[in-house]
Amino acid sequence: MRASTRFLLSLAAAVALLAAAALHARAERAARAPEIAARAALVRRLGLTDLCLFTEARYTRHPSQADRFAPFQDHPGALEHFPSGALVPAPER
Amino acid sequence: MRTFLERQRYLLDYTLSSLARRKGKNLSLLAVYTLVVAALASVLFYTQALRREARLVLRGAPELVVQRLAAGRHDLLPDRWVGALAGIRGVADARGRLWGYGWDPISRANYTVLVPEAFWGARGEAVVGHGVARARGLAAGDRLLLRAADGGYLSLAVREIVPEESELVAADLVLVGEEDFRGLFGIPPGLFTDAVLAVRNEREVDTIAAKVTRLLPDARAIGRSEILRTYDSVFGWRSGLVVVVLLGAVLAFGIVAWDKASGLSAEERREIGILKAIGWETSDVLAMKAWEGAAISLAAFALGVLLAFGHVFLGDMALLAPVLRGWSTLQARFRPVPFVEAWELAALFLLTVVPYTAATLVPSWRAATADPDAVMRS
Repeated sequence: MRASTRFLLSLAAAVALLAAAALHARAERAARAPEIAARAALVRRLGLTDLCLFTEARYTRHPSQADRFAPFQDHPGALEHFPSGALVPAPER
Repeated sequence: MRTFLERQRYLLDYTLSSLARRKGKNLSLLAVYTLVVAALASVLFYTQALRREARLVLRGAPELVVQRLAAGRHDLLPDRWVGALAGIRGVADARGRLWGYGWDPISRANYTVLVPEAFWGARGEAVVGHGVARARGLAAGDRLLLRAADGGYLSLAVREIVPEESELVAADLVLVGEEDFRGLFGIPPGLFTDAVLAVRNEREVDTIAAKVTRLLPDARAIGRSEILRTYDSVFGWRSGLVVVVLLGAVLAFGIVAWDKASGLSAEERREIGILKAIGWETSDVLAMKAWEGAAISLAAFALGVLLAFGHVFLGDMALLAPVLRGWSTLQARFRPVPFVEAWELAALFLLTVVPYTAATLVPSWRAATADPDAVMRS
């Protein structure tokens, strides 16, 4: 078999796998829609404002409720909560 | 057209055999390139999944949250504020909320203690998030001891555990009744953490927020759209995480591109010289080099994206999760729902495939336009 045929077939196989990944993503989204709905219902029921991603500091646990000074309220010149402090930028206001 | 395609196939055949002659170098280049694409795509997939999830889940967040600020810090607000807020035209309902953070020395974790609007448990009972239950090894019916503000301990019976599927929003929650909350934190009746407003017309939220700050100058109003925007900025293209990884990838690409652009190896130059000497046109050499760049970068892109998809959505982010976890001992466990946007893949393609292919062309063009004899001798 020519090298170009082998290469083009491999590329086609990769594209087919990418298409399969897209189909998997679609099926997964449909299958897990009730799970997202349950989370949304809990947010509505409890009046939650944030995702629970980083729990170590107030401004990383509730970024939407924190203000610019929040990182420094823990103590002046506070050590950064690394790496989450680097991942969650300072609030805009 | 057919002749053109055949010609391109012959060029591709030649390119692949040329790449195979330097198998070790090209395979290691492909491996590094694939890893760079996979790292970038993993971060993109993960942040996109979280951003979409935040948008879907936080649609039910309060329309307007009002905080009281005192000396630049979030302070408790009195119940007369709640009455004043309810009186603003356009506000359908105003309610004081009680919530705060509790440090648990046993699990060395921060909990979010919250009083739901209608707590369904009795006094002395708590509903805990799955993360809290995991950190303290709790099951329904067990007792949870929390250190109170007066130095004593509050013993709560665990009524139920929030289902595992809700960890992304509720891993660290401890839901209690109002009396238990006030007892735990020593907050007297008539004071609240903040207030939430329900607004009659959603389009008036900004106007009502302005009215709130006019009526109560030391108040801060946070609308639902701002909450959603916060998550867009946390996980957007400009977010810290993306910038950190992007910077690494851009630097890696810079090195590869600089290496390519600064010149070809002696062997590659000799090869171009021989090809020119046996009658190849400059355009043929450039087409061959374009195929070389495209073959490597297309293969790296496809493999990298597939690896990233498997890593994020099938492999539970095994490599990236430790970076994201931070200091906390209480971490939410969740599997991101795959939301992949076509434009993000297109942007990744443009950022990775195009620069590399372009970088292979420039030095080849220089060699291909030179005199074959001089190129072979140099």
